[in-house]
Amino acid sequence: MLYSVIGNYSLFLGLFFGLVIFYFSAINFRNSKVLDTKVLSFTFLQFFLVVISFLCLVLSFVVSDFSNETVFNNSHTTKPIFYKIAGTWGNHEGSLLLWLLVLTLFILVFLVKTKNQPIKYRILTLVFQQIIIVGFFVFLIKTSNPFNHIYPVPTEGLGLNPILQDPALVIHPPILYLGYVGSSIIFSSALAATSLNLVSKKWASHIKKWVLSSWVFLTLGILLGSIWAYYELGWGGFWFWDPVENVSLMPWLALTTLLHCVLVLEKKSILTSWVIILSISTFALSMSGTFLVRSGILNSVHTFANDPERGLFILIFLFSLIFLSLFIFFFFHNPSKNNPSSFSLLSKETAIIINNWFMMYFLSVVLIGTIYPIFLDVLSSQKISVGPPFYHKLIVPFLIPFLIIMAIGPKLKWIKSNLEDKIYLITLFVVSILLSILIVKNFSSNFLINTILISSAFYLFFIILRDFFIKGFKNLAQNIAHFGFSLLILSILFNSLFSSEIITNLKVGQTFENAKAKIVFESISQKEAKNYRSIIGNFTVQDSKGKIDNLSPELRIYNQPNTVTSEADIKTTLLSDKFIVINLVPNQELFNVRYQVKPFMLWIWISVILISIGGLLSFTKKEYEK
Amino acid sequence: MKILKLVLVIFLIFPINALKADNEVLKNKITKNLRCLICQGQSVYDSDSEFANSLKIVVDNKINEGLSEKQIYSYFQSKYGEWILYDPLFNKNTYFLWLLPLLIFFIGGAIIFNKFIKKQK
Amino acid sequence: MKNKLLPFSITFIFVIIFIVFYKGLKDTNIYTPESKINNEIPLLLVDLFDTDKTVNTIEIFQSDKLYLLNIWSSWCVPCRAEHSILIELKNSDRLKIIGMNYKDTKNNAKNFLEELGNPYDKIIFDSKGTYAIEWGAYGVPESFLISNNKVIKKYIGPLNTESFEEIKSFIK
Repeated sequence: MLYSVIGNYSLFLGLFFGLVIFYFSAINFRNSKVLDTKVLSFTFLQFFLVVISFLCLVLSFVVSDFSNETVFNNSHTTKPIFYKIAGTWGNHEGSLLLWLLVLTLFILVFLVKTKNQPIKYRILTLVFQQIIIVGFFVFLIKTSNPFNHIYPVPTEGLGLNPILQDPALVIHPPILYLGYVGSSIIFSSALAATSLNLVSKKWASHIKKWVLSSWVFLTLGILLGSIWAYYELGWGGFWFWDPVENVSLMPWLALTTLLHCVLVLEKKSILTSWVIILSISTFALSMSGTFLVRSGILNSVHTFANDPERGLFILIFLFSLIFLSLFIFFFFHNPSKNNPSSFSLLSKETAIIINNWFMMYFLSVVLIGTIYPIFLDVLSSQKISVGPPFYHKLIVPFLIPFLIIMAIGPKLKWIKSNLEDKIYLITLFVVSILLSILIVKNFSSNFLINTILISSAFYLFFIILRDFFIKGFKNLAQNIAHFGFSLLILSILFNSLFSSEIITNLKVGQTFENAKAKIVFESISQKEAKNYRSIIGNFTVQDSKGKIDNLSPELRIYNQPNTVTSEADIKTTLLSDKFIVINLVPNQELFNVRYQVKPFMLWIWISVILISIGGLLSFTKKEYEK
Repeated sequence: MKILKLVLVIFLIFPINALKADNEVLKNKITKNLRCLICQGQSVYDSDSEFANSLKIVVDNKINEGLSEKQIYSYFQSKYGEWILYDPLFNKNTYFLWLLPLLIFFIGGAIIFNKFIKKQK
Repeated sequence: MKNKLLPFSITFIFVIIFIVFYKGLKDTNIYTPESKINNEIPLLLVDLFDTDKTVNTIEIFQSDKLYLLNIWSSWCVPCRAEHSILIELKNSDRLKIIGMNYKDTKNNAKNFLEELGNPYDKIIFDSKGTYAIEWGAYGVPESFLISNNKVIKKYIGPLNTESFEEIKSFIK
């Protein structure tokens, strides 16, 4: 079909243009008074070609062109149009095309927006980015082409996995990739700046916006993934420390650390080596993540294609980039000979260095937890699982000092002065502890650790609140982001402490009642939609306060692929969610009913949005002038 | 001041509720820590598969028989291997797993101390 | 001196990581718990299918004979496919086939056996699936070759010609 042909040839042409860009960039680098318009034009053309290719794939899905193998494998004529379009990136090949789209877009924007930067720097950034882009073109064309033909042309496709047919899952990959893949620019420009010895306050100031935008998208992307998991997967959880989730968290941790460092570097000439390392690591982690989930080396709930050939390509590609970065760093980077400008021990810089210290620890926990099983398996053929208990045990104790330092850190400059300031710091500390004890006292398990953890989170929470009241809008972006973080920890803690669940088997018409809730299985109804039939269980649930809700979870039977999914019905209020899921009990006319009360779920989402808003506000702030 | 300390101590040592583990809570804790072996990345607690449901009944039985949490994990480990446990054991296979992050933390602290704190003097 | 040590050691570390990942790709990802698992048969009380009696497994699996424990259900599609192999194995008098009916109803199970034949010397009724777990099974179908109160071979999934030949070699 025509779309496939155009799409395929656009890819080849885009790859060719990449080589052309290398050629003209090399020439331009040598006589670099002005950026050669040819270089800019070809960059634009390359992006344009990827857009065409992408649109061709979208159109192939929309018209259900089953001569295209990817469309055949992932779509069906009865799928609603919204999900047909989303099917474009809901598969391995299409999502790689999305990678290329973001890669080429970002370098184009970079070239356009950096008119005031040194020419050599802009060209070199382009070159490094092109290495990544060309690598992906080759990977796509050779191992994961979205435009493969199949003949004879089937009349119907295999359909898209029903759990992917959800609004949140539609926008989750694009937003996530804007962050994840967007960090490629930081990687390329860091390598360019290192090679030209340009890493300085000025460079930090300039790269800050790229770090911020990548960070905001990555934060929102991860949030969308969690929201999808919560609403769609039916287990009532939002984070499982599953390898695919960890793989998106790791670049986020590196990027957050980088963000804080860049804020320091733009004002003082220290930490230059460290900033370069973080810039390289963030994208390296993104690519490692791609490797881990697409190669079949890990076992997870949502891995893509399990294909060792693809895995091998990404592995070699990834390590080529890593060794290239190592070479450039060690060969070109000259840590400044003069002593780093000194800063006093009680200062914002110290706080950020401590932040870095803890963040790298958290990153190492997630990284080691995720890849250790692979190492153990290869080295001694033993298989172990690393799950939530591991991460909780290693992270929670360190969160406590982390939160407290987050609260006090921004204030270190003033600690030496007013006694008045010191008193409120201590008062709020005591208030936090007492409040936590009050809240946790009815829970005997892990009483001590929960109390201290909640106290630290409250402490951060109250300190920032006080700042809002007394100091108004000073440091607004930072305060909102940190406030969001404290709210996130508090919401997660309250959610895990106060969640409750009832599991029971009921026939239609039966009632379950205990001290906390009364669940009445009122009736069953049926529904026919475009690509599924569903059995709907209608329940009325009365909670301990007497409030009654109607909840209607579904069992959906999709026609293609032939699967049954369980759709939870969730009633969200400001304070808590009511969550109900049903499943069939085989051989009997019973339904297994799972009812959960999950407090503060909404606040978990809101707090992450607050964190992103903090980032956005920082983005719109005027550039730091010295 | 002394009274405050005393009150604090009482608060911490004698939680208001009795310490007796609720069987339901224990069962949930254990099943959250067991991998559903026929699912891809779900715990027994989360999963609704036949395997998971039967396993939940077995956990129930073992709790009623009086086995401790550790004994129950040992039991499943003897049937299915370490892979079924989400909380990795601390044995010669996993020393690095548990200790490497902590090692990194201390090395990080040492580097910071070296580079920044020493230079202040 | 010191300046060269750091780059080389870091590069070395990454080379090692690369090699590990490379080898990891080659390995298969399916976990078959062969080696380290305790292979003694579990001693537990089980309900029998035909009578309403409860017996200890030690009474079913006497130590001097060769047994094949087959976990099956009427609702399990691959069980239908492997059933003909079981019927053939029934003919060998040196092997006794013990069935374990997994999470089934007696009616459906009886209909299944009437339709496809009954190769089982005895049938254990595992209505809740808990016995299967005691045996370390994942689901249906699974078969265990037992001798001297030890599991000598485990077949996860339906029996095929390959496993059929292997079992026959054990019978000799």
